[in-house]
Amino acid sequence: MSETSLTSSGVGLRIAAGLKKRYRAEKRMRAYGLTAILLALTSLAVLMVFVVATGWTAFQQTIIQLEISLDESAIDPEGTRDEATLRRADYQGLIRNSLRDLFPDAVSRQDKRLLYKLISTGAQYELRDQVVMDPRLIGSVQTLWVLGSSDADMWQKGKLGSETVDGVGRLNAQQVQWLQFLREKNLILTQFNKAFFSNGDSREPEMAGIWGAAVGAFLSLSVTLILSFPLGVLTAVYLEELAPKNRWTRLIEVSINNLAAVPSIIFGLLGLAVFLNFFGFPRSSPLVGGMVLSLMTLPTIVIAARASLQSVPPSIREAALGIGASPVQVIFHHVVPLALPGMLTGTIIGLAQALGETAPLLMIGMLAFIADVPQGLFDSAATLPVQVYLWADSAERGFVEKTGAAIMVLLAFLVAMNGIAVYIRHKFERKW
Amino acid sequence: MRGITLMLGLTLSIALAPSAQARDKIQMVGSSTVYPFATTVAEHFGKSTNFKTPVVESTGTGGGLKLFCAGTEDNTPDITNASRAIKASEVEMCKANGVTNIVEVKIGYDGIVVANSRKADRLNLSRKDLYLALAKDIPTEGGSWIPNPNKTWKDVNPSLPNRKIEVFGPPPTSGTRDAFVELAMEGGCKKFDFVAALKKSDKNQYKSRCHTVREDGAYIEAGENDNLIVQKLVANPKALGIFGFSFLDQNADKIQGSLVDGEEPVFEKISDGSYPVSRPLFFYVKAAHVGQVPGIKEFLAEFTSEAAWGPEGYLTDKGLIPMPDTERASWAKNARDLGSM
Repeated sequence: MSETSLTSSGVGLRIAAGLKKRYRAEKRMRAYGLTAILLALTSLAVLMVFVVATGWTAFQQTIIQLEISLDESAIDPEGTRDEATLRRADYQGLIRNSLRDLFPDAVSRQDKRLLYKLISTGAQYELRDQVVMDPRLIGSVQTLWVLGSSDADMWQKGKLGSETVDGVGRLNAQQVQWLQFLREKNLILTQFNKAFFSNGDSREPEMAGIWGAAVGAFLSLSVTLILSFPLGVLTAVYLEELAPKNRWTRLIEVSINNLAAVPSIIFGLLGLAVFLNFFGFPRSSPLVGGMVLSLMTLPTIVIAARASLQSVPPSIREAALGIGASPVQVIFHHVVPLALPGMLTGTIIGLAQALGETAPLLMIGMLAFIADVPQGLFDSAATLPVQVYLWADSAERGFVEKTGAAIMVLLAFLVAMNGIAVYIRHKFERKW
Repeated sequence: MRGITLMLGLTLSIALAPSAQARDKIQMVGSSTVYPFATTVAEHFGKSTNFKTPVVESTGTGGGLKLFCAGTEDNTPDITNASRAIKASEVEMCKANGVTNIVEVKIGYDGIVVANSRKADRLNLSRKDLYLALAKDIPTEGGSWIPNPNKTWKDVNPSLPNRKIEVFGPPPTSGTRDAFVELAMEGGCKKFDFVAALKKSDKNQYKSRCHTVREDGAYIEAGENDNLIVQKLVANPKALGIFGFSFLDQNADKIQGSLVDGEEPVFEKISDGSYPVSRPLFFYVKAAHVGQVPGIKEFLAEFTSEAAWGPEGYLTDKGLIPMPDTERASWAKNARDLGSM
């Protein structure tokens, strides 16, 4: 039948009309899909641009050059060079003296106070540590770069907007004038913010760092890995390879699948009731944090491990049994090694999920101001998302950029972990 | 196989490891309003002494007292921060759990501000205006109650601009909300004579009338994050926001505080008590832990030092409004002597 006769006949017309409709429907479907993906990509791009634009300046810090005279009479009047004496000395006073020398126009009490606010309160501790480390500095005049205050930092980075006659942000006109003077003399500049990667949390944005939270996250996740990987794999092996298939094992399977969907805050409550109140483990510790997070990741790992055990072909088991291996040998010499890449992938994804979790940690006291970098599993610790939350909630303007930077660090960790998971899958996966 | 056995062993040994270690750092919980001040002192204390930096959790005043009063064991907090004084019922709860010796320390004041964007003009509100704008039911001239009909600020008070009432504020779980309702709204509510009379005859009705915030969309609960409220005010110059003084102080280039009863929300006015919406802040110390957990006495000395809470101390930079000299001296002495309540 030729095309003309088909379209001219009644049936042919109906088919042609129907065909057009089907083509249109298919086109629409493609358009919907494309729009959905584009929408998702745009939101992701907007989010990333926003986070990076706010956060990247946190990787820079503002420093101010001062000539500080380290008088022996002020630091160590008896000349003992005893460490305790050196630690006790009034370094803030020394920094303030040098500021007053630089700006002799600040005479009144009020003016002096405003002047002192240009330097971070942390500068004195840096100076102290420098002197304690090298007592030979005492008695000399040193040209040192000290940490500027958060307000000075925000001004230097141009985050305060346009200046008015009253000054800008929390800085008044006088302070802005002093900062201008420093800028003209090249006595104020920004440099790479190493402290952000080596300090713990701080109330002063210019001193706050992510290292404490990163160590806390590492300790918690180590506990999670050590607890949930062996438990998860053994559970999966038992359920998949050894357990009889009856009503009880089915019930357990359903429960595990349900547990994977339980909101994480509930695991936090469980942790509070069992680990803290019953066992009396220390509050805010990465040990308890890791245990709670492993409750959360266990179902994910069990499900992933079972799926990868199922994908090992039965011929492997039969062949191993056929040449005389015992069931346990079959499992641990053949099946588990072949399923391991899938299990590891599932574990890493579960851990990445745990890394981004705050809700359960809230219940066990890890949502807290913890300035010291944690020393061990029983010490107090925060984690990366907790740090993001705490900084986002702070009044100080300087924490806005820190929040962005902390989000970037968290995302970098997540991308790295997911990258490892993808790598393992590609490298070790075997297809049958 | 051996690897797995080893891991299992490790697992068990971690799970069953003895946890009864004496704590070596101070543990604080409590109000989110006091949190910025407590953490600042904690950090200075940690950096300037050989003690470890205290851990500070922000649990809210009520939540903090609950943890604090749970007992005197090592795993209960040593100090709890509060944006109001401890209630008699909470003292009872403490006593029931063996926490009998509590040291109260007042640290200063916090102002609650009603602010808007600098792009709009500044408002001059009275507490009565605030009450009439935000209450669920308002009294009429005749002495009865009607659902709040006010849509614009001009409806509330003819001298105010013709702008829709739109106020971002904290949710009921927040201490800031409690204080705002008590100080600003109740303060305006009792300006009506028959309401003041109601206070004597039916205290419960008086409270519910004066404390209930409208729910028809004019008051918008914006969550506990005050930074979010600041952002919303910048984006919407017509709206007002309610939060603590420290957020106004930090964002003075973007937002301005409305005058309340003719007083500007500035440091000096809150400090001398002429700004009407301010509240005292406290912390409570478990005396039983002094000597058990190292550094509590030294921490109290740091907190109550002039360098911290004095008129030129570092806490004023964070927005704390200091107490007058004599009051500071007496609370500092109380902290030094561990004077029990």
